[in-house]
Amino acid sequence: MNDITKRLLSMITDISGEIKGAFNIRVDGGCEARQSSENVDIIPKVGQPGIDIVIKPNTKEKIYIPACVTKSNVDDLVYNDFYVGENADVTIVAGCGVHTDGEEDSQHNGIHRFFVKRNAKVRYEEKHVGIGEGTGKRIINPQTYIEMAPDSYMEMDTVQIKGVDSTKRESKAVLQSGAKLVIKEKIMTHGDQYAETNFQVDLDGEDSGADLISRSVARDTSRQLFRSVINGNTRCTGHSECDAIIMDKGVVSAIPELTANDIDAALIHEAAIGKIAGEQLTKLMTLGLTSEEAEAKIVEGFLK
Amino acid sequence: MLELRNISLSVEDQFAQNNTKEILRDVNLTIETGKFIVITGPNGGGKSTMAKMIAGILKPDQGQILLDGEDITNLDITERAKRGVSFAFQQPVRFKGITVRDLINLAAGHEIGDCEACAYLKEVGLCAKDYIDREVNASLSGGEIKRIEIATVMARKTKLSIFDEPEAGIDLWSFNNLIDVFRKMRAEIQGSILIISHQERILDIADEIIVLADGRISAKGTKDQVLPELLKDDCRYCVAGRRAMY
Repeated sequence: MNDITKRLLSMITDISGEIKGAFNIRVDGGCEARQSSENVDIIPKVGQPGIDIVIKPNTKEKIYIPACVTKSNVDDLVYNDFYVGENADVTIVAGCGVHTDGEEDSQHNGIHRFFVKRNAKVRYEEKHVGIGEGTGKRIINPQTYIEMAPDSYMEMDTVQIKGVDSTKRESKAVLQSGAKLVIKEKIMTHGDQYAETNFQVDLDGEDSGADLISRSVARDTSRQLFRSVINGNTRCTGHSECDAIIMDKGVVSAIPELTANDIDAALIHEAAIGKIAGEQLTKLMTLGLTSEEAEAKIVEGFLK
Repeated sequence: MLELRNISLSVEDQFAQNNTKEILRDVNLTIETGKFIVITGPNGGGKSTMAKMIAGILKPDQGQILLDGEDITNLDITERAKRGVSFAFQQPVRFKGITVRDLINLAAGHEIGDCEACAYLKEVGLCAKDYIDREVNASLSGGEIKRIEIATVMARKTKLSIFDEPEAGIDLWSFNNLIDVFRKMRAEIQGSILIISHQERILDIADEIIVLADGRISAKGTKDQVLPELLKDDCRYCVAGRRAMY
């Protein structure tokens, strides 16, 4: 494993030393390392790039599925399918780091599908970063499809703080009765970066619920688009929230779409976009911070 | 020691003559080190403006502000804070993501231990373990955030602490504690405390009461000198009598 891969991995995961559970480390479109565990089988797909991650019922484990692109002119596409057995309680650390050193663009398109069985619980962590001195664009386009069986729970924590020039994120979920989905997204864009997020959740089962929360900061001339679609097709609860700070000449658009197809569907959308409030800067300055330090602290807290 | 020399400040007001309204008019004031001063007076008299001006949030049009002999008139908020001026807002600011712990650490100027941070919260009547990791956001009630604001000023331990109407939004039980907080702060820090207040019980513990009405200091003295007149309905310190204060 070269130094760039190690550096990217340390940025997107908490891997240190030997991994005890199942993992698959993908580098520049190939498999760098793979390990199944007693309860988690990682099986390479036949006929297309990617793996099947089969998690047995009642498994409690942390699974690492990171991907790295370490050089320019790589166009990586991968299909990973997660089958999470009944009553399992797992944390899946995915994430992607892209490093470019030349003029050519590099991109990683990860298409992840989750089949979460009855009563299973999943925490899915996805951190995206871009590094390197190359002028080639660092592009990450993740797609996530989630099917949730009755009474299952999934929490998706997705973070992109630095260095990714362009991202288009698609997340779609279908929830059966009593299933709960929480998606927390944190994005910071700078320079002339572009980030687009599309959430679509179908609440098909009674008493299912979704909470989609996005916090973002757009600096310099970067642009962001946040679109969230929640369809309440039965008695259910749905909430989406877009909170954004714009700085310099940053631009953020928030487009909520709520459809209640049932009289007992309760759906809420909140969006707040604006610059850092002057009174927040003033307060922190009265504690001895300079205006720049205060601004950095407010952004850090907002994206924490 | 804080000195205000010939301070005047006007703001734009489209309804006033010449489109400007004088908020402070040639104010002269000296606050000795270690004193507990309460500024009171009718609404619109210039109290909050004066407090913000001392903290550097507003700049005077004329005059000088001196802190321990140093002219700080042209210093910004940060520089004044670093020289030992603290300010508790009348309406504290809320932040998404910044926790009570973060704010107390920033106020102290370094990472402080849980014990010390919790002690400040306890002083202001908040159960530390319930609040220390809470965000200073809209989920806090007016009274809760007000108490956290006071705790941040306590953590700074500066030579001049200014509180703009600390009692506003505080319930009766907390109010009793508040009086104790000020007493204790005074004993511990040995700096000057400047409070803007309408509350008789806060006025009662002041070394000196200053009445600010219509942008001018209309009375200044010990509570025995000032309070009796101030409590009269037709108080001569205030343009429209004491009732104008409420």
